[in-house]
Amino acid sequence: MTSQPTTAPAGEVSSSTSPAGPAPAREPLPRETPPRLTLRQRLSRWDVRFSPYLYVSPFFILFLVVGMFPLAYTAYVSVHEWGLIGGKGEYVGLDNYRAIFEDRYFWRAMRNTVSIFLLSSIPQVIIALGVAGLLDTQLRGRTFWRMSVLIPFVVAPAAATLIFGNLFGDRYGLINGGLGLIGIDPIAWHVDTLPSHIAIASMVNWRWTGYNALILLAAMQAVPRDLYESAALDGAGKVRQFLSVTIPMIRPTMIFVVITSTIGGLQIFTEARLFDNVGLGGSDRQWQTVTLYLWELGWRLRDLGMASAVAWLLFLFIVIFALVNLAVSARLGAGGRK
Amino acid sequence: MHISPFGPRQEPRQPLSSRPTSSKRRRRLTLASVGALVLSLGLAACGGDDEAEDGKTTLTVATFNEFGYEGLIDEYMKLNPDIKVVQKKLGTWEEHRDNLYTKLAAGSGLSDIEAIEGDGMPAILEEKGAFLDLSDDAVEGRWLDWKVKAGTNADGELIGYGTDIGPEGICYRADLFKKAGLPTDREEVAALFADWDTYFETGKDFVKKMPDTAWYDSSKGTSQAMINQLAYPFEDEDNKVVATSNPEVREVFDTVTSMQSAGLATNLDQWSPDWVAAFQNDGFATMACPGWMLGIIEGNAAGVKGWDIADAFPGGGGNWGGSFLTVPTMGEHQEEAKKLAEWLTAPEQQVKAFDAKFTFPSQVGAQEDPVLLKATQPFFNDAPVGQILSNRAAAVELQPYKGPKYADIITAFQAAILRVDQGQESPDEAWDSFTSDVERIG
Repeated sequence: MTSQPTTAPAGEVSSSTSPAGPAPAREPLPRETPPRLTLRQRLSRWDVRFSPYLYVSPFFILFLVVGMFPLAYTAYVSVHEWGLIGGKGEYVGLDNYRAIFEDRYFWRAMRNTVSIFLLSSIPQVIIALGVAGLLDTQLRGRTFWRMSVLIPFVVAPAAATLIFGNLFGDRYGLINGGLGLIGIDPIAWHVDTLPSHIAIASMVNWRWTGYNALILLAAMQAVPRDLYESAALDGAGKVRQFLSVTIPMIRPTMIFVVITSTIGGLQIFTEARLFDNVGLGGSDRQWQTVTLYLWELGWRLRDLGMASAVAWLLFLFIVIFALVNLAVSARLGAGGRK
Repeated sequence: MHISPFGPRQEPRQPLSSRPTSSKRRRRLTLASVGALVLSLGLAACGGDDEAEDGKTTLTVATFNEFGYEGLIDEYMKLNPDIKVVQKKLGTWEEHRDNLYTKLAAGSGLSDIEAIEGDGMPAILEEKGAFLDLSDDAVEGRWLDWKVKAGTNADGELIGYGTDIGPEGICYRADLFKKAGLPTDREEVAALFADWDTYFETGKDFVKKMPDTAWYDSSKGTSQAMINQLAYPFEDEDNKVVATSNPEVREVFDTVTSMQSAGLATNLDQWSPDWVAAFQNDGFATMACPGWMLGIIEGNAAGVKGWDIADAFPGGGGNWGGSFLTVPTMGEHQEEAKKLAEWLTAPEQQVKAFDAKFTFPSQVGAQEDPVLLKATQPFFNDAPVGQILSNRAAAVELQPYKGPKYADIITAFQAAILRVDQGQESPDEAWDSFTSDVERIG
C-alpha cells in the first residue's frame, strides 16, 4: 500500500522559481499601486503557482479512489454484520473486533506473521545489501549478473510455491533427502511451527532478495567514486569502505527498502496459502498468517464484517511496525556516519 | 512507482531560456492526449465481451479435477456450430470453491456453467436466486432419487444437474498383499473388506509383516469414508450443529485415531505432495476408492504394478463425492448454458465421461448401459471396473444428510485427526480443540 506518500512540498518549487522581484532594492522605488496585470500575466502566474499541484494531483486523486475509499469502506463494513454474499446486516459496533481478540487463532496468526516477517525481511535486506555490494564491483558480464538476480521475481509465486512444496516435503522432500544422506533426522516442515516458518520465509526471500538488491545497487551506483578514493587513501579496505561509505550514502534507499519489505513481510499470503492443499495454515494453524486468517474469515466462514475488522487491525499494525522500523533504521544509518 | 527517488545528485534546474516554447508545448500536449486516448481504448478493448468473434456464442464451463468433458465439449461444438464452449479447469474443488465464492460475492465473473462438488452443494443451495432453477420435463427421472434431492433447494427448485457419484470400493496393492502373505485374488480379498473390524484387523497383521508400508493412505480418506456412512453426521435435519454431541462422530474419531496409533495410517495429509509421492514409494497398501479416484491413482502411481480394486466396502456401501452442474443467474447466456448442462449430464454423455475418467454416472439410464458394465481397466489388473462400481453403487444404502456447514465442519474434523497423526496433540486434546473449532464455525 502506498501508505508513505513522499510529500514533497510542491509549494516551495513554485515560490523559488517565481520572480520575487529585484532582491536588494538599492534606491527605494516610489510607492505606488502595482500596475494591473494583464490576463495573460495573471494566467502565467497561476500557471506557476497551481500547475505543480495539478501535476501531482493524479496520484492523489487515484490514491483517494483506490486507497482511501476502500480503507474507509472497510472500516464501515467492520462495524456491521456483513455476509460475503448476503451483504450488509445489522450495525454491531465493535463486536467484530471483540470477537477477533477473543479468537485464539488470531493471536496465533499474529505470532506467525511476526515470526515469518523476522525470518524473511531481516535476512532479505542483509543478503540484498551484500549482493548489491558485489554487483557494484567491476565484474565481467555485469548486466548478465544484474539481470539474473531478478529472475526469481519474474516467476509466478504460485509456480515457485509448487517447486518449494517438493523441496520441503516432510517425508519424500528433497531437502530431507539431502539431510538424510548426512545423517540428520528429517525435519517436519509441515508440522513443526518454526520449520514451517523457515520454509515459507525462504520462499519469500528467494523471490524478493534480488529485487531489493537491484534497488540498492541503483543507489550504490550514484555514490560519488571520489569518496572511495579518499577512503582508500585513508587506508580503508573494501569492507571498511562498504560499511563507512556505501551504507551511509545509500541510507534513504535503505529506509525505502526496509519499509517496503516490512509492508510486504507482514502481508505474506500466497506462500502460506499454498504451503498445503487445505490453505488454512496447517492442521494447527502453524503457519497461518494474518492475511490468511483474514481470508479464512471472509471467504471460508463468509463473514466480511470480521474480515474487515482484521484488515483494519492489520493496517494499524503495519503502520506501527513501519514507524518503528523507520526510527530504528534511521538511527542505524546515522550511527554509521562519523 | 518503483523508481527510487533518492538519487543524491539533483538535476540542475532548467534555465528559463531553454523551456519549451508554447508551440512545442502544445505539440506535447497533443501527443499526451493522443497517448491517453490510445491507453483508454486499449483498456476498453480488454473489457470487451466474448460474443463478437464470428457471431458465435461462447459458453464457459468451470470444472475441477477430472470431469472427462474434453471429448464431449468438442462433440457439442460440432453439433452446435454457433456455440463455442471453453472449459476452465482447476486442480481441486477447494481452489474452485474459493474462486467461485469470490466471484459470487463480487457479483460478476462466474462461468456460464459452474460445477459444484457434492459436499459443497448444501451451502450453494442456501444462495437464493444466485443459481437458475433448472427444473425441466426433459430431465424427469434422469437421476437417482437421492442425487436429485441433493441438488434441490428448500423451495423445490432444481439447482444442480447431477454428473457423477462416488460409489466406493477398496483399491489395493496385490503385490504387497502377496509379500505379506495375504490373498491377492479380487474375490478372496473382498472378504477381508467385509466390515471395518475385519479391515482394521487385517491391517494390523499386514503392518506386522510389512513395517515400512502403512495399511491405508491417510486418516483423512478413511475417516471421510466412515463419516459418509452416518445418517446425520454433523447437522440434524433442522441444520442444528450436532457434530460434537453425536456419539457416532466421536466413535469414528476414536477408531481412526486408535488405528493411527496401531500404525495403520501413513500419517500423511491427503493430497499433499508427500501423499502423492507415497504412491511411488510403497507408502501404503489400500485406500478407499470412489470411481473418480481410479484416474487419480493411475496418474500418481504411473509405472507401479499391482494395483487392483475389490468389489467390497467395509460397512456395506459408501458414496464419496460426485458433483453437479449449475447455471449462475449472473450469466448472459443462461438458456444456452442450461441446454449444454442438460446435454452434458444426459446418460449417453455421462457414459463417455466414465470411459474417459471413471466418473461413475448418477443417471439411472447410464448405470445400466452395457458399455459401462463391460468396461475394464488394464491398470487395475484388468478389473471389470464398470461392473464393480455398479455393484458398489447398488450397495449404498444410506446418504448422509449434509447441511450448509458440512464442508467447514469436516475440514475442522480432518484437521483434528491430522494433528493426532502428526503427533501434535493427543486424541483427547484434538477432540477438545475440534469442539472449540466447531463453536467458532457457529
